[in-house]
Amino acid sequence: MMDLSSISPILLLASIMAASTPILLAAIGELVVERAGVLNLGVEGMMITGAICGFAFAVNTGSPALGFLAAALGGAALSLLFALLTQFALANQVASGLALTLFGLGLSALLGQGYVGIKPPPTTRLDIPVLSDIPFLGPVLFSHDAMVYIALALVAAVWAVLKYTRAGLILRAVGENHDAAHALGYKVVRVRVLAIAFGGGCAGLGGAYLSLVRVPQWTEGMTAGAGWIALALVVFASWKAGRVLLGAWLFGGVSVLQLNLQAAGVALPVEYLSMSPYLITILVLVIMSADRSRAPGSLTRIFHASQ
Amino acid sequence: MTLKTLLTGATVALGVAAGAVTPAQAQDDKTKVGFIYVGPIGDGGWTYEHNEGRLAVEEHFGDKVETVYQESVPEGADATRAITQMALNGADLIFTTSFGYMDATVAVAEKFPDVKFEHATGYKTAPNVSTYSARFYEGRAIQGHIAGNMTKSNIVGYIASYPIPEVIRGINAAFIHARKANPEVEFKIIWAYTWFDPAKEADAATALIEQGADVILQHTDSTAPQAAAEKAGGVVTFGQASDMAEYKPFPRVSSIIDDWKPYYIARTQAVIDGTWESQQVWDGIGPGMVAIGEITDAVPAEVKEEALAMKDAITSGDYHPFTGPLKKQDGSDWLAEGETADDGTLLGMDFYVEGLDAEIPQ
Repeated sequence: MMDLSSISPILLLASIMAASTPILLAAIGELVVERAGVLNLGVEGMMITGAICGFAFAVNTGSPALGFLAAALGGAALSLLFALLTQFALANQVASGLALTLFGLGLSALLGQGYVGIKPPPTTRLDIPVLSDIPFLGPVLFSHDAMVYIALALVAAVWAVLKYTRAGLILRAVGENHDAAHALGYKVVRVRVLAIAFGGGCAGLGGAYLSLVRVPQWTEGMTAGAGWIALALVVFASWKAGRVLLGAWLFGGVSVLQLNLQAAGVALPVEYLSMSPYLITILVLVIMSADRSRAPGSLTRIFHASQ
Repeated sequence: MTLKTLLTGATVALGVAAGAVTPAQAQDDKTKVGFIYVGPIGDGGWTYEHNEGRLAVEEHFGDKVETVYQESVPEGADATRAITQMALNGADLIFTTSFGYMDATVAVAEKFPDVKFEHATGYKTAPNVSTYSARFYEGRAIQGHIAGNMTKSNIVGYIASYPIPEVIRGINAAFIHARKANPEVEFKIIWAYTWFDPAKEADAATALIEQGADVILQHTDSTAPQAAAEKAGGVVTFGQASDMAEYKPFPRVSSIIDDWKPYYIARTQAVIDGTWESQQVWDGIGPGMVAIGEITDAVPAEVKEEALAMKDAITSGDYHPFTGPLKKQDGSDWLAEGETADDGTLLGMDFYVEGLDAEIPQ
C-alpha cells in the first residue's frame, strides 16, 4: 500500500518543528552549562519538572504564556539545587545530576497528582499577516506557535553571545580553565551558577512544550528519555550551537518522518525505520565533528578558590 | 559510570542471592507481594490497572499482606536486577507485569525456588512461575466493529507497540470485525517500539490522522493518543487497558478495561494458604478479566446495540472472535467455515489475516 502522496509535506514539516523544539530547548540550555565547565545530567528531571509546573500554571491561569514562564522558573529552581550541591558543597557532578533526575521525576509525579486527564488551554499558533499567506512557505515557516520561534531565537542568541560578547568569552574561559579564569579575577562560581540556572530554565521550557503543545496533557514520566537525548545531542554537536540546532532538527525530523513512512506503508523494514532517528543524527554529527573540536577543558572538574 | 554502578549493583545482588540460605520471609508472618511495572502508575492505562489490582489486594487482606512495587522498570537486564532486589527483600509472591520481563522472571525464579512468580502475558513457566493474561482480542473484536461502522474516511489508524503475538492478535481481531462491518475499511499500522512514550504516541496518532485516519486504535499505554485525537477533532478513539474516562464521551467512545483485581486477590490467597501451583491462565470477558467500558452516545444506537450483542455472545461462549472462514494474509486457508481458532495458534500468532495490507516486522 505504498502511498507517499498521503503524506502532506506542509503538515509533516509542522510536526517536525513540534517534535524538535523540546530537545532543542533542553540541549541549548545544557550547552551553555557545559561550556561553563559543568556537566548537569539532571536534564530529564528538570524537563519533567518544567512540564508539570508549566501545565499546572497554564491550567490554573488559563494562559499558556504564564505556564511557560512558570516552567522556566521551575526548571531553574530545581537546577539551583544542583548548583548548591556542586558549586558550594563541591559534590560530584555526575552523581548530583543523576540524583536530580530521580528527584525531578518523583517531584513531578507528586505535583501532577491532580492534573491527570485535564486539557490545557490551547497554545495559539501565530498568524503573521501576509507572511502566513505565502503558499507553502507561509504554513511551513510562519504559522507555528511562539515557542518555536523563541527556541530558534535562543539558539541564535546563545551562538552570538558565546562567539561575540565579553560575557560569552568569560563563560568559555571559566569552562576551559577555571583556575586561569579565577586568577584573572572572574567569579567562577557565580558564572557557573548563572549558567546552571539558564540550563534549568531552558530544560523547563522544553518540558512544558511537551505537556502544553506536543502531547498536550500531563502524564507521569512523560518526557520518557527526551532529556537524555538532549544531553547526547550536546556531545555529538561538539558543544556548538549551530550543530545542536541541526541535530535537533535531524532527530525530530527523522522521528516524525519514520512514523509517517510507516503509516504510508513504505516498503522498508520497520525496525530500520525505528532506529533511523538515532543512527542518522549520530552519523551526521560524528562526521561533522571530525574537525578536532573537543570538550571544554574544565568539564566536570570541581573548582575551589583555595586550590 | 551509570552502567558500571549498575553492573556492580547487579553483581552484588546476584552474589548475595547465590549465598542466601535463609528463605525469604523468615522474619515476620506478613505475606509480602511485589509488583514490577513497565511504566509509571500515572500512565492512565496498563500500569494504572495493575496498580489498581495491587491496591485491591491491600484492601482485601489488610494487615495480613504487605505490598511493594517498582515503577518504570525497563524490559531487559535492568528487570533482572529489580526482580532480584524484590525477592531479596523478602517478597513471597512477585507479579511481573510486562511481556518483556519473561526471561528475567524465569531466570530470577530459578535462584529463588521458595518465592512464587507470576508473569503477565508471557508463555514460559516453571515450578514457581505461573503466567496469566487476558483475552484482550475479545475486546478488540468489539472495537473493530465500532471502528468499521464509524469511519468515514475508511482509514483506521493503529498504534502498535512491539510485534509480539498479543499485539498481532489485537490487530487481526479488530481488522476482521472492522471489515465485516465495512468492506471498504483499510488499516494503517505504526509500530512505536515502546509501551510508554507519550510524545511518540502523540506523534504517531498525529501522523495517522494527517494521513486520513479518523479512527485511532492504540496498543500503547498512555492517554497521549486520546489527547492528540481531541486536538485534531473529529477522530474516534478507544480507551486502552484502562477506561480513560476523562476523554468521554468523545473522542473516546468505548474502551477495553483490564481487571486484574480478582486474580491478584486469588493468587495472594493461594500463597497464604500454601496452595499456590504453577498454572497458565488466560481469561476473557466471560470470567471478567476483560471489561468493555461504556459505549458513549457518540456511537450510533444500532451500532452500539450490535456491539453489546457481540459482547453478550462472547461472554456466553456462543461466539469466538476468530471463527472461520478465515484465510491468512498470504491467501492460505486458516479456519474453515464455523471452525474456531485454538489457543495454541492464538498464543503464538505471527501472521496477519487476509486483507491486511502491511507487513509484520521480523
